[in-house]
Amino acid sequence: MTKKTIEYEVSRTPELGMDFRPTEGVLSAAELPEPDFGSENMLINIGPQHPATHGVLRLVLELDGETVVRCVPHIGYLHSSFEKLGEYRDWNQIVPLTDRMDYLAPLIYNCVYVMAVEKMMGVTVTERCKVVRVICMELDRVFSHLLWLGTWAIDVGAFTPFLYAFQERERVYRLHDAFTGARITTSATRVGGMMADIPDGWAEGVRQFADTLPNTLDEVETLLSTNGIHLGRTQGVGVISGEDAINSGLSGPNLRASGVPYDLRKDRPYYDYETYDFEVPIGEHGDCYDRYLVRMEEMRQSCSLLHQALDRLPDGPINVDDPRVVLPSKTDCMNDMESMIHHFKLVMEGVKAPEGESYFAVEGSKGELGMYVVSDGGSKPVRWRVRPPSFVNLSAISKLVEGGLLADVIVVNASLDIVLGEIDR
Amino acid sequence: MTELVQSEPEGVGAHPTVPALREAFGDSILRHEVVAGDEHVVFVEPLRIVEILRWLKETPAHLYDFLSDVTAVDYGGGRPIQVVYQLYSIQHRWALRIKAELPISELEIDSVVPLWDAANWLEREVFDMFGVTFRGHPDLRRILMPETYAEGHPLRKDFPLRGRFTRAEQTRRALSREPKDYYIPADLEAGGEPQLVRWQETPEGPSEESNDR
Repeated sequence: MTKKTIEYEVSRTPELGMDFRPTEGVLSAAELPEPDFGSENMLINIGPQHPATHGVLRLVLELDGETVVRCVPHIGYLHSSFEKLGEYRDWNQIVPLTDRMDYLAPLIYNCVYVMAVEKMMGVTVTERCKVVRVICMELDRVFSHLLWLGTWAIDVGAFTPFLYAFQERERVYRLHDAFTGARITTSATRVGGMMADIPDGWAEGVRQFADTLPNTLDEVETLLSTNGIHLGRTQGVGVISGEDAINSGLSGPNLRASGVPYDLRKDRPYYDYETYDFEVPIGEHGDCYDRYLVRMEEMRQSCSLLHQALDRLPDGPINVDDPRVVLPSKTDCMNDMESMIHHFKLVMEGVKAPEGESYFAVEGSKGELGMYVVSDGGSKPVRWRVRPPSFVNLSAISKLVEGGLLADVIVVNASLDIVLGEIDR
Repeated sequence: MTELVQSEPEGVGAHPTVPALREAFGDSILRHEVVAGDEHVVFVEPLRIVEILRWLKETPAHLYDFLSDVTAVDYGGGRPIQVVYQLYSIQHRWALRIKAELPISELEIDSVVPLWDAANWLEREVFDMFGVTFRGHPDLRRILMPETYAEGHPLRKDFPLRGRFTRAEQTRRALSREPKDYYIPADLEAGGEPQLVRWQETPEGPSEESNDR
């Protein structure tokens, strides 16, 4: 290529500063020859120990200047082989494994696992249990979204919402603690019911939380929703169309932000979700900002769902009356030979599931959370598979960040709302 | 396992897709089962898996456009490994499970990544955990276990819970990894050499000079 000399007219105006635009008559910017600095792409490594990767995610990025040319995610640093461990435990012993996957929404994982097993076994839980599980799942949807909100705000450069979000999360921790005795590793469900009925006053605590959370959300929204820095960093970043999002298997808020109204609570209703009155927020641009808006609105809808569920919470037993799956009461056990035998069999051998299989999915906080259980008639599963929403959502990250800027990688990653415990399992 | 059952299972609501699928693919649809009350499972010929899934995805009357999951089940005892595809049609709100049985001696099936990007990591996980090779997968390598993992495929029934090697050997292997092992060839080919900072342990231990200070 022949080199062309370009003349610049340098004028100095006090208002505008230096003007380096080419003078009239010479080449426009598009025609300028590509400057050759003899550069090559740079390889950088983010993680696995990096605060902005939300766990032990490692991204190897190939950069051209500040533009991401290629992104190769590496996962597996937290791999604990839960699915293999599950094959060596009986059906109820798997429950504690499930909340260690997604420690940001443990109750949802507890619930969906036993729901899948119950479906396979043909056990129908009591009405009270259904409503309690709905409360648990909606409470933990908020719980998970609040952590996302706090870390998301930090990743886009705002620290204050983190404090608001964690103050609210602390209240959910206390509710977990009051109900299950643990703050994170709840293990609250059992096949056929719950570990225990909800304690006195717990429903009031949940109601109080659902009452006041929207106020906090309003305050956080005044900090973020119209904040120029926040808008600039998130609008038009990490865009994915609805069609591509379906193709990539995105689910949950990430899919709905791209305008696809797929919510399992509406599309494949379970536990009478069709009788609750709530709306599913849909985005239209599929960018990080829409994902933010969708999650914020979901929290409000969950608060409304919590109120509705608390209003209809029926009295009655929480566990099914089925000696095959639920332990008899202490009194029965001591007075009644048959109950004692059931107790002995259940404790020594575990719940026995008939031969069969089931795939049961709910709308988790991260997306479609499915459990696929296969039984050969024994007390241990042949296969216990988790359909991990974060895992599939994260697999789209290369597509979302390639062509963007390095700084946007962090924002896109935060907007996907991943949890590595469940990705690596 | 390849027994042909032409009649539909009795006593359950018929699935809208299965008869059409049987009509379109005939003998390649091996079995149709209904499990857990309302879940429909169709066993298909593994050689035609991409063809069948493409038909399910693209036929306007069915449109199974959402691939929820790809996984596998090993029943142990040398029985065939089942590769399981969970499909969902967002428009029609239908779910369907497709299974392909692969004999344990020949664990190969065509990849469905050309149809769904979502299958990319899911198939890699099945490869990692069960050793099923997906023909035509763009990037088939281990995903959860390390690249250099040499003990086999953990979710197979013949894999012992604690792994095949002794605990000492597992530790030795974990510690002896070269920093370069942390990068895959695809990382290295276009981006140039990563800057490795090697930490060299002196064979004699700390020198006496440093102890004096």
